[in-house]
Amino acid sequence: MKILVGIKRVVDYNVRIRVLPDGSGVDTDGVKMSVNPFDEIALEEALRIKEAGNAEEVIVISVGGDECQQQLRTGLAMGADRAIQVQTSEPLQPLSVARAFLKIVEREDPGLVILGKQAIDDDNSQTAQMLAALWDRPQATFASKLELNGSSASVTREVDAGLETIEVDLPAVISVDLRMNEPRFVKLPDIMKAKRKPLEVISLDDLDVTVDGQLGISQFTPPPQREKGIMVDDASQLLQELKNRGLL
Amino acid sequence: MTAREIMEYDVVIVGAGPAGLSCAIRLKQQKPELMIAVIEKASEIGAHILSGAVIEPEPLDELLPGWREDPPPVCIAVEKDEIWLLSQKGRRRLPTPPQQKNHGNFIVSLGAMCAWMANKAEALEVDIFPGFAAAEIRYTDEGAVGGVIIGDMGIGRDGEPKDTYMQGIEIHAPITILSEGVRGHLSKQLIKKYALDKDSDPQTYGIGMKELWRVQPGKSIPGLVQHTAGWPLDSMTYGGSFIYHLDKDRIAIGFVCGLDYQDPEFVPFEAFQQMKNHPMVKEMLEGGEILSSGARAIAEGGYQSLPKTEMPGALIIGDSAGTLNVPKIKGTHQAMRCGMLAAEHIAQTSSVDGFDAKLRDSAVVKELHKVRNIRPAFYKGFWRGFIRAAIETVTAGKLPTTLSVHADDTSMRMLDGYTSPDRKWVERTLPPRDRLASVYFAATAHDEDQPVHLQILEPDVCTTRCVAEYNNPCTRFCPAHVYEMVDDEGGQQLQINAANCVHCKTCDIKDPYQIINWVTPEGGSGPNYQNM
Ligand SMILES: Cc1cc2nc3c(=O)[nH]c(=O)nc-3n(C[C@H](O)[C@H](O)[C@H](O)COP(=O)(O)OP(=O)(O)OC[C@H]3O[C@@H](n4cnc5c(N)ncnc54)[C@H](O)[C@@H]3O)c2cc1C
Ligand code: SF4
Repeated sequence: MKILVGIKRVVDYNVRIRVLPDGSGVDTDGVKMSVNPFDEIALEEALRIKEAGNAEEVIVISVGGDECQQQLRTGLAMGADRAIQVQTSEPLQPLSVARAFLKIVEREDPGLVILGKQAIDDDNSQTAQMLAALWDRPQATFASKLELNGSSASVTREVDAGLETIEVDLPAVISVDLRMNEPRFVKLPDIMKAKRKPLEVISLDDLDVTVDGQLGISQFTPPPQREKGIMVDDASQLLQELKNRGLL
Repeated sequence: MTAREIMEYDVVIVGAGPAGLSCAIRLKQQKPELMIAVIEKASEIGAHILSGAVIEPEPLDELLPGWREDPPPVCIAVEKDEIWLLSQKGRRRLPTPPQQKNHGNFIVSLGAMCAWMANKAEALEVDIFPGFAAAEIRYTDEGAVGGVIIGDMGIGRDGEPKDTYMQGIEIHAPITILSEGVRGHLSKQLIKKYALDKDSDPQTYGIGMKELWRVQPGKSIPGLVQHTAGWPLDSMTYGGSFIYHLDKDRIAIGFVCGLDYQDPEFVPFEAFQQMKNHPMVKEMLEGGEILSSGARAIAEGGYQSLPKTEMPGALIIGDSAGTLNVPKIKGTHQAMRCGMLAAEHIAQTSSVDGFDAKLRDSAVVKELHKVRNIRPAFYKGFWRGFIRAAIETVTAGKLPTTLSVHADDTSMRMLDGYTSPDRKWVERTLPPRDRLASVYFAATAHDEDQPVHLQILEPDVCTTRCVAEYNNPCTRFCPAHVYEMVDDEGGQQLQINAANCVHCKTCDIKDPYQIINWVTPEGGSGPNYQNM
C-alpha cells in the first residue's frame, strides 16, 4: 500500500502574525515558514504505519511555488520516500487543491491519504473532506487514533461530545488532529539522505485542473488591541469601575 | 546508551553568522573538493542574528564579486550620517568622527544577509544544518579538537529521555572552526582548556538591544544613519543608540551599553526604552508598530582582549574571538575577513597551524590596533573618554601606550556604600510596556519540557550572598526577564523562565559570581528574529 500525505508551507506557529498596512494580506517578509504542524502529525502517522510493515511507500505532496520544496525536503528528511510538488504561483483555495490532489491520487492509487485537519494559516479545514467527496471514498476527519485491519481502518475521532470510533473501508481520506502522535525530530544524516530522494515537479497546468476562485478576499484586519488595564485597590472600586464601563 | 552515529567532514564550522559563512564560501571557492558542514542552532539561518547593521562592503566585494547586482534582501546605501548628544529633552549635533563616517557603506538586515549568504554557500555544496546545536567539543585521543557533538533532542526537564528522544550525532573533522559569535559557549570552554587568553586582557562586552519598527509613512528617510550619546546613561556608563532608516517605512533602532557598568540596580532594557522616549526619537516612532525585537551581547575588548585564536585542530574566528571594532560598532566586515583568512590558510596548508600569526599580521588586527585605546579611555567617564578618543583618532592609534581592558563581572559595585545615580527616568508611552511584552516580538520558543539551559552552578549564592550584596542583578540585566525572585515556602527562590531566553549571553557575562553557565538548549530553540 502507498500512503499519500499532504504538506503545506505555512507561517511558523511561533511567529506573530502581522497584517500588511494596506490590509491586502499577511506580512511574510523575512518570516519563518514551516510545515503545517497538523501535516507533520499526518506524516508521522504514515511513517509509523510503514515502519509497522503495513505500507510500502510514503509520498509527500505539496501544491505551491518552488519555495514549498523546502517543506517537502523536511518531509523527506523525516522519512518519506519521495515527494511531488504540484507547481503553481497562484494561491489556491481548498477545492482547487483537492482537485489537484485527486489527479495525483488517480495516478498513484494510494490505500490511504492522510492530511492535517486544517492548515494553521487560513484554518479552512476543507481539503480532506472535498478530496473524499471528489474521489468518492470514505473520510474520517479529526482523527486521534488510527488502526488498520486489512481492508478497513478503525478511526477514533475527536468530536464535541468526546471521542467517536468509526470503521472506514480503504482506500480512504483521514484528517488528523493534534493528539494523534508527537512527530519525530529530524536526524542530521537524514537531511543529507533527503537531498538524494526523488522530488518530482508537475505543473498545475499539466494536470488539467479547473482553478476557479469561488471566494474573494476583501480585507485583512488585525484583532483589536487590548487596552491598557488599571489596578484597583479593592472590590468596591472594581465594582465601580465595571459599572462605569457599563459592564455590570 | 548506544554509541553515537558519526558523520565525517573535512571541516566543520559552528555558527552560520558572517564569519562562519564567509569561511565556508571561501573554502569551497578555493578547494571545491573539501566536504564542509555548517552547524547552526537557530531553526533557520539568520533567525538568531541580531545586528545594526551598517556594514562596510569591501569583504563582500572580495568574497562575492558581483553581489551589488544581486544584493541581500534588505540593503540600502547610506546617504547621511548624524551624531547627536542627548540631554533628557534637548539635543546637540556633534561632528561625526572619522570612524563613524559611513559614506559607501550599506544598511542591511544581517539576519537576512546571512540567509542570503547561506544560499550562496549551498550552491557551492556546503552542507548547512540549521536547527542543530553544537553542544560539546569532540576531542581526539591525542587531545586535539576533532569535531563537535550535536545536542540530544527530546530530553525532558527531569533529564530523562522522552518518547521523541533522539541522540545527537558526532561530527568528526580534522579541522573545527568556532564562529559562534559573541561569548560562544564552546569557544568559552576551549579558551579555558587551552588557556588561550593567558597573554591577553580579559574580554569585555556590551549589551545591544534592538527593535525593528514600521513607522508612519514619511518618518523613515532611507539611508539616514543616526547615532546618539548621552542621556539616558550616566557619564560612567558607556553606550549610546543607533537609528538606521531603512526602506518600506522601516526604522531599525537599537541601544548598546557597556556591561562594565557599576550600578547593580541598573536596568539596560529600561535605558533603551527611555532613549526611545526622547522627543527626537519618539516623534519618529509614534503611530508605528514593532516588527521584531531582541538583544545580543557585543565583544568590546578589541586588540587587548584578543585571545590566541588557534589550538590543536581548531580556530576561533569573528566575534567569538572578539574582532569587532568598537568605536565603529562594526564587527561584520571584521568577522567576514577573519572567515576568509581562515579559509585561505586552510586551503593553502590543510592545517590550522600558523593561523594566529597570520591573523595578527592581517588587516583585521591592524584595524583593532588603531582604535585600541578608545574604548578603555571611557573608563574614567564620558568626557575624558571623548577627548582621549579624539586624540587617538587624530594620531591613528600611533601613540605608544596601550590602555588595559578590565573584566565586566568585577565592575559592579556592591550595594553597601554605593548610591545609584538619580536617573530622572520619565514615564514612557511607546511600546513595549515591559520586557515580557518585548520578548513577544522576538518570537522566542523553547519546549518547556527540556533541561533548563541556564545552569546555576551554586544556587545557594543567589539567596544568600547575592541578594544581600547586589540584590540579584540578573533579574535586571537580562533583557528577556528570564530571572525572577519569587516567594517560596522557605523564603525567596530564583525562578528561571528559560523559555523566554533570546540567547544574548548577558547573564553568562555579567553575573558577578560567574555561576551562571549558558549552555545550548535543544537545536531550533530560541528567538525567531525577522529581518534583524
Ligand atoms: C545591537 C548590535 C548592533 C550591531 N551593529 C553593527 C553594525 O552596524 N555593523 C556591523 O558591522 N556590525 C554590527 N554589530 C556586530 C555584528 O553583528 C557582529 O560583529 C557579527 O554578527 C559577528 O559575526 P559572527 O559570525 O562572528 O557571529 P554571529 O553573527 O553572532 O553568528 C554566530 C552564529 O552562530 C550560532 N551559534 C552560536 N553558538 C552555536 C552553537 N554552539 N551551535 C550552533 N550554532 C551556534 C548563532 O546562533 C549565530 O547564528 C552589531 C551587533 C549588535 C549586537
Ligand atoms: S537568560 Fe541570559 S542569555 Fe537568555 S536572554 Fe537572559 S541574559 Fe540573555
